[in-house]
Amino acid sequence: MSEHKNHISSYKSHIVVLLSLIMLTILTVTITSVHLGPFNTAAAMLIASVKAAIVLLYFMHLKFDEKIYRFMVTLVLAIYAVVIIITFFDYLYR
Amino acid sequence: MEQNHTEHVDHFDPVASKIGMWLFIFTEILLFGGLFIVYSVYRYKHPVEFHLAHQELDVTIGLINTIILLVSSMTVAMSITALQTGNKKLTLIFIAVTILLALVFLVNKYFEWGAKFHHDIYPGSEFLMSLSKGDMLFFGLYFFMTGLHAIHIIVGVVLLGVIYMKVQNGSVNQQRFSLLENGGLYWHLVDLIWIFLFPLFYLIH
Repeated sequence: MSEHKNHISSYKSHIVVLLSLIMLTILTVTITSVHLGPFNTAAAMLIASVKAAIVLLYFMHLKFDEKIYRFMVTLVLAIYAVVIIITFFDYLYR
Repeated sequence: MEQNHTEHVDHFDPVASKIGMWLFIFTEILLFGGLFIVYSVYRYKHPVEFHLAHQELDVTIGLINTIILLVSSMTVAMSITALQTGNKKLTLIFIAVTILLALVFLVNKYFEWGAKFHHDIYPGSEFLMSLSKGDMLFFGLYFFMTGLHAIHIIVGVVLLGVIYMKVQNGSVNQQRFSLLENGGLYWHLVDLIWIFLFPLFYLIH
């Protein structure tokens, strides 16, 4: 059986990732409870994106797996970002 | 030609099966991604109604469910670590804990939706029809997106149940753990979607 360098995440690293995700969640709740106008949503989305990146890289193992997966995910997220940008240009300037 | 070819052809290819799983995840990202765009556009058009309507939602129960999903994501990741290090018993325990947490999430969701239904807030209810367009859109999207997400949780529970049995009978093991890894990827996806659903529906300021 072809044994390619399987990276095994430690239990400790999983716990660290979980704690950082929970801390970011609490931070989101705190930030959205103070009034910052439109920055509330921006901050909430920014933190959500950071959390998503942590889940993708560590829990979904993109950081340690073959590069092909990371390339595919980046490509799809880029396409999605373009769709969002085009939609918003349409709605903001029509 | 060669006689020993008929013996057993092994089609095991962990890289390809993971690529297949990721391709499926991409379709899911675009499915929910489309819904997030619909949400953004309607919120942009009805900011006041979305803000008022979101106050009907219970932040505490949303926060509890967020943490439940994050913990379950960790336990499923830990089950992979356990299997890779050859600890079958611990693998089974982690998968079971993940399933349990998923069920707790669904029970919370049941009570949350139940409270809404009790206040006459459900798709097509007379009360909801009497509200403004923005309110209807908010609750329509709320029920549709959290409902679609809950269906994904149910599918995940079934999937993890199958994987549990396969780990138990040994067809998923330390050498062949692709199914557990791919099931884990699916479960993280469900978590990933909730990471965006939670602030967008519960935490509008």
